[in-house]
Amino acid sequence: MSGYLLAALALAALVMTFVGSARARATQNGASEKTHSRPIYHGLNAAIWTGVPAFIFLLLWLVGQNSVINQLVIASFPGSESLDATARSLIMSEVRQVAAGNIFKEPTPEIQAAVVHLKSLQQISTAAMVAVVAATMAVGAFFGYRVIDNRYRARHSVERSVTYFMMFSSFVAIVTTLGIIASLVFEAFQFFTKVPVTEFLFGLRWEPQIAIRADQVAGQGAFGVIPVLFGTFVISLISMIVAVPTGILSAIYLTEYADKRFRAVIKPLLEILAGVPTVVYGFFAVLTVAPAVRNLGLSLGIESSPNSALAAGAVMGVMIIPFISSLSDDALAAVPRAMREGSFALGATKGETIRKVLLPAALPGIVGGVLLALSRAVGETMIVVMAAGLIAKMTVNPFDAVTTVTVQIVTLLIGDSEFDNPKTLAAFALGLILFIVTLILNLIALRTVRKYREKY
Amino acid sequence: MSSAAITDTVSPAGVNWHSDEMKARRKARYAADRRLQIYGIIAITFALGFLAILVGSLSFTGYKAFTQTVATVEIVLSTAKVDPANIGEADWRGIVRGALRGLVPDMKRSEERKFFEMFTSSAPFLVRDAVVADPSKLTGKSSFAIPMADPVDQLAKAGISRDVPENQRRINDKQIGIYDQLVANGVISTPFNWGLFFNADSRFPELAGLAGAISGSFWSLLVCFLISFPIGIAAAIYLEEFAPKNRITDLIEVNINNLAAVPSVVFGLLGLAVFLGWMGLPRSAPLVGGLVLALMTLPTLIIVTRVSLKSVPSSIREAALGVGASKHEMIFHHILPLAMPTVMTGAIISLARALGETAPLLLIGMNAFITSPPEGVFAASTALPTQIYIWADSPERGFVSRTSAAILVLLAFLVLMNGIAIFLRQRFERRW
Repeated sequence: MSGYLLAALALAALVMTFVGSARARATQNGASEKTHSRPIYHGLNAAIWTGVPAFIFLLLWLVGQNSVINQLVIASFPGSESLDATARSLIMSEVRQVAAGNIFKEPTPEIQAAVVHLKSLQQISTAAMVAVVAATMAVGAFFGYRVIDNRYRARHSVERSVTYFMMFSSFVAIVTTLGIIASLVFEAFQFFTKVPVTEFLFGLRWEPQIAIRADQVAGQGAFGVIPVLFGTFVISLISMIVAVPTGILSAIYLTEYADKRFRAVIKPLLEILAGVPTVVYGFFAVLTVAPAVRNLGLSLGIESSPNSALAAGAVMGVMIIPFISSLSDDALAAVPRAMREGSFALGATKGETIRKVLLPAALPGIVGGVLLALSRAVGETMIVVMAAGLIAKMTVNPFDAVTTVTVQIVTLLIGDSEFDNPKTLAAFALGLILFIVTLILNLIALRTVRKYREKY
Repeated sequence: MSSAAITDTVSPAGVNWHSDEMKARRKARYAADRRLQIYGIIAITFALGFLAILVGSLSFTGYKAFTQTVATVEIVLSTAKVDPANIGEADWRGIVRGALRGLVPDMKRSEERKFFEMFTSSAPFLVRDAVVADPSKLTGKSSFAIPMADPVDQLAKAGISRDVPENQRRINDKQIGIYDQLVANGVISTPFNWGLFFNADSRFPELAGLAGAISGSFWSLLVCFLISFPIGIAAAIYLEEFAPKNRITDLIEVNINNLAAVPSVVFGLLGLAVFLGWMGLPRSAPLVGGLVLALMTLPTLIIVTRVSLKSVPSSIREAALGVGASKHEMIFHHILPLAMPTVMTGAIISLARALGETAPLLLIGMNAFITSPPEGVFAASTALPTQIYIWADSPERGFVSRTSAAILVLLAFLVLMNGIAIFLRQRFERRW
């Protein structure tokens, strides 16, 4: 329904553009004084009046109607006053499931009554939405049409609307950040009412899978984040060990030694590594790298797991090479020519110049790049979800399996998303930690890079 | 002046640059220089070698899934067996089994179960659907291509070796014997696997295809584009051309840069909490996927658009303002059209990134098992990368090559999109 309504809105706005500009042209033809705006602006103004208020109404209605309908249905449900929020949402989801035709067991009469109520409310809501949107559209079109006049400053009006839209758009980014913070903090707070913050932050055991039922006493489940953070650290460290030397050395070769043609071919090829979707790396890690690493570990006589930290970390490292390479490339290129030439003039070889002049001068930029890459490694999800382990272990053996923050977030949330058990909420607490860690890394990195750029 | 004279005057305490000691030192210094070069070449070789192994191994496992072993079976149908008014109700299982029995006439009753297992278990439905689609097949003899079950398909593609002991493979010696007999009779063929593109997901590898995932990705990207493109351009224009330099715009700027580096899984959490939890939008829907991807691509798009707006020379701005254009007219009639090729390039590249994004889609449930392509943005669906994830988790052997094939399809889309972006850049981009 809303789709047709949207199409109708777009069509009406288009029609009003033509109608409005035609009328403006007609009034301007007979006018004696100078006209302010060209006819098309009158048309656009009429279109904005027709479409935009109705569109905003439509969006608000679509966003709001579900929660309003839920409240109404729950309020009329017998005995709902004595229920808490969790029980209410359970009833509501059952009602919606039945209404959608997914009947698993014969619903109780109360539920059936609620389903009938829900369906009638939905019909009323849809009808009311169509009526309200159509009315807004008609009123808007009327005003937009009536206002057309020779002296009316339609262009200013249109430009003002465009400016408002642009301001709104640039606030979307802020709203997104606020939304991220709000949802993470809110759900994490819910989690901390069930599991103490200190236990979460300092606990040494992470066994969320046990706490499926809230009434379990024996296997209460452990939510200590330390082992998970430790695993994240191990895998990120491995990936950095792979990526940092490879990235910096290839950047040095490409900027300082390689000729232009070589560089023009090789650099885009390296960039491809960053463009391959991570799920592809994950599958590759499982299919090819993990068995190879396991065989290597076994042949060395080390206890090896099929999903070793080394396999996941190494593949992630390869994915990160282009980031480090291109950021080091920028940093090296930003070193002033004079320093390079001064070094050559003193008789240094190219290698000496690079090691003793360029690298120290470019170091802040390179460090910034490494920090950005580290934040990417910490937040990388698919490779570790597919190739790393699920059980949180505190081990530094790279052939053993460890788990990471992102793996836990995904495994905790796949399949069910009831917002009432600690298992689901724990994912948001982990998400909060992940967000904070990557934010700090990014801020430091961006600051280092910027500060360094200002220097020369 | 000779070079000897210079060294004599400059060098401290009369160093003899031609002594053996100095020669050795020079040699060591040049060797160090060469070593650095060699390290660089090794690093590049490692990275590119990895890329080559990646593509090579995926192609090697994936190409097999582009063909499918099928048996061509003649089935005689008549209106006596199948009621034309009610095609779906007929005993398709019996009809198909009867026809299959005809392939191997001297079959013992006790071996039939193993024999039927060699063909896809959905064969009756496939035949039924073919007849529903073309009722003229109801009279007389027509041939149907029945996909073989996964173990037989693997045998045909040498995925299962005949040398492995019988109890370690999923196909026994008797079945291999029947298979060889069928091959000898010319029943078996391996045509191009159109099902990979036109079937939706299935539990059975021989029937699983990407139609659902491709259309799910299409709808998600459409939503993503429709939201992020106008909002991204509008925000970039505002920040670049209109915004006053103050605390708030500084905050927005820092915020956009940070948002571009927030891990994608966090956007998934946002989508789960806000779009599913708070707004109550349907789970697994391409609409929600598109919304999350739009929020993710927005920062990059804003940054790219700002750079391209900045690169338009100020003489054009001044000329437009000079002939009496308003600021809006100057931007929308002159600056934006000139910047558009770069903006489009950036938009396509960020869409390509969004196409490969998996983690946020997993969190909003786009990894569901759905056996029909979605009909719109509200229907439950998977996307290409999440389909890859689902298949990678499936234990059947046939899914290994399907996963690789799906990855090759995804990479082909990415190459196509990036190719279009590069073409746009080279064809239309202006250098000032």
